Amino acid sequence: MNIFSALKEALGSLAANKLRSSLTILGIVIGVAAVIAMVSLGRGLQASITSQLSGIGTTQLSVFYMPDPEIRNPQPLTTGDMQALVDPINAPDVKAVSASISGVGLVSFGSKSSSATIYGTTANYAELNNLKFQEGGFFGEEQVLGQSSTVVLGPRLADLLFNRTKGLVGEMVRIEGQPYRVVGVLQSLGQGSVSFSDTDMAVLVPYTTARLRLIPQGGRDQVDTLTVQVRDSSRTMQATEQVKQILRTRHRTPVGLDDFYVFASKDILDAANSITSMLTIFLGGIAAISLLVGGIGIMNIMLVSVTERTREIGLRKAVGARRRDILVQFLAESVMLSLLGGGLGILLGWLIGVAVAVVSENSGNAITPIVGIDSILLATLSASAIGIFFGFYPANRAATLQPVEALRSE
Amino acid sequence: MTPATPWVIQATHLTKTYRMGEVEVHALNGLSLQIASGEVVAIMGPSGSGKSTLMNILGCLDRPSSGEYILDGEAAARLRDDQLASIRNRKIGFVFQSFNLLPRASALANVELPLRYAGLNGKRKAKATAALEAVGLGDRIHHKPTELSGGQQQRVAIARALVNDPAILMADEPTGALDSRTGKEIMDLLLEINRERGTTVILVTHDPNVAARARRTIRLRDGQVEEAAS
Repeated sequence: MNIFSALKEALGSLAANKLRSSLTILGIVIGVAAVIAMVSLGRGLQASITSQLSGIGTTQLSVFYMPDPEIRNPQPLTTGDMQALVDPINAPDVKAVSASISGVGLVSFGSKSSSATIYGTTANYAELNNLKFQEGGFFGEEQVLGQSSTVVLGPRLADLLFNRTKGLVGEMVRIEGQPYRVVGVLQSLGQGSVSFSDTDMAVLVPYTTARLRLIPQGGRDQVDTLTVQVRDSSRTMQATEQVKQILRTRHRTPVGLDDFYVFASKDILDAANSITSMLTIFLGGIAAISLLVGGIGIMNIMLVSVTERTREIGLRKAVGARRRDILVQFLAESVMLSLLGGGLGILLGWLIGVAVAVVSENSGNAITPIVGIDSILLATLSASAIGIFFGFYPANRAATLQPVEALRSE
Repeated sequence: MTPATPWVIQATHLTKTYRMGEVEVHALNGLSLQIASGEVVAIMGPSGSGKSTLMNILGCLDRPSSGEYILDGEAAARLRDDQLASIRNRKIGFVFQSFNLLPRASALANVELPLRYAGLNGKRKAKATAALEAVGLGDRIHHKPTELSGGQQQRVAIARALVNDPAILMADEPTGALDSRTGKEIMDLLLEINRERGTTVILVTHDPNVAARARRTIRLRDGQVEEAAS
C-alpha cells in the first residue's frame, strides 16, 4: 500500500466518525493556533519596541554629567571633553562627538508665542542625532563660531507659531525677545518613537549663541550632554569603555567613582530584545503545552479506535496484512488528524493575530503580529511530529496484535 | 502408501500448549494429518477438542508449540509473523461464521483487500469483479455489507477468500449464521468452487449436515485425531 492510498483510506475512516474526529482535531487546532498567535504576537511586540527604540540610534552613546555623591570636586562636561573624545589612538571606535546644552525659553512670532525647549548645539548635532529636515538645513560651523542668531524650528512649534511648516526659512522669530533667523524646519520624530530630546517642540541654536544670550548659567565651555557616534554598532561596548577612560583621566576622578554617566541606547535595545525574545519563548512554550494536550487527545482517540477495530485488524491480518501495513494504516489516521488540525490551527492563529492587530491599533499602541513562514513550517512540522509520536503507540499496538486473538474479540 | 495427488497439507506431531495462569492446557497433543490437494475435508469435534486451535495453525494464523507443518510445499511451523502473513495472503482464503466484512467498504473494496496487501495495483478491480461474478454477485459489487443479506455477505466473503487463487479455502462454520436454505446454497457454492478450481476446502463445523457433504471427515478429541473416515 502506498502512502497516498493509505492517507485516502485514513480520511475515509475518520469521516466515518465525524464528531469524534472533529473534536480530536479541535485539540490540535487550539494548540497550533495558540503557538502561532503567541509567537507572532511576541515577534510583533519585538518589532514594535525595536522600531520605537531605533529613534535613539544604535550607534549612539549619550554622556551626561552625573557625579557620584562621594566625589568632592566633580567636573561638568566641557567642549574640551568633546574634543578629547575624538581621538583615533585612545578612542578608535569613536567616530564623532557633538555637544548640547538645554534650557527653556519663550519663542514668539508676531502675536503668537509659546514656551519651548532651547537646545544649544554644535554644528554636527543634527547629523549625529539623525534629525531630518522638511526644509532648509542645520547651521554650520561658521554660525557656531560666529555666535550667529540662527535657529532651527521643531515642526510642532513651527505649526503653533506660523500655522504651517513650509516656507519658513528666512522668517524671524524671537526667543526671549531676541530676533533669530530661521534656517531650517525639522521633520517630526513620529509618534511613539523614543528619544532623549523631543525636538518637535524645540528650537535649536548654536551652543555658543545659547551660552552667551539664552542659557547663561554655567561656564563658557560647559555643556550638558555629549552625543558620541560609534563607528560600528557591534563595538558599542568598547567605545563606551574608551569614552569612560578618557573622561576619567581628564576629570581625575578617584578609582571606581565617576562624575559622568555613559548611556548606550544599544544596551536598552539589546535588553528589550532579549526580554521580548524571552517573552515569545515563554508564551510559545505555554502554547506548546496545549499542543501537547492536543497530541495526547490524538493518542487517546487512536487507542479507542484500535480497541474498537480489533476485529477488523484481525481480519486484515488474516487476509495478509503485514505488521507494517497495519502500522501505516493507523499512523496515517493520526497524522491525518494532526495535519488537518495543524492547517486549521495556522489559519485560526493568523486570524487571532489579525484581530489583535486591529484591537491594538484602535487602542493606540499598534502591534503588528508577524506570522513568518518559519512559524508556519514549525507548526506544520510539529503537528505531523505529534501525529507520528502520539500515533505510534496505538498504531504499534494494533500492528502487534496476534491475528488469532484479534479475530476472537467482539 | 503413495499419494495419488501431492499433499497440500502435511502436519506431523503438532502440539500446542497454552498457559492459563498456573495451568498448562494442551490444546493439540501430537496431532498428525495429511490432506491432499483438491480434497473437501470436514473437521469436527466437541468444543475443547482443539478444533479451533488446529484451524488456526493450519490457516497460519498461529504457530504450533512443536511439530512440523508443510503447507503447499512450504514449511510454516516456525515462520515469523510477516512471513505467515504472506503465506496467508497467497495460499489461504478464510471464510468466517460472522463474515467479517469491513462494514464501511463496498463489496468490491472488501474483495480487493487481499490484493492490496499482495501489492497488486493495476488489475485489482478486474480480479475482484471477476471473483464477485464467480460467486454470483456481479450485479452488487458497489453495495455495502449492510445492504446485503446474510447469504450475500457470505458470498462476498467467499469471493474475498478466492480472489488471490489460494491453494486452500478454510471455512470456519460457514453456514453457522445462516438459515438452512441459505446455508445449503453456500455449501453448494463451496463444493462448486472445489469442483471447478480444484481448491482444497477445509470445513470446520459441528453441523453433521455440513460434514456429510465433505468427502472426508476428521474427528478430533482431546487434541488428537479420533478417527478418519471417508
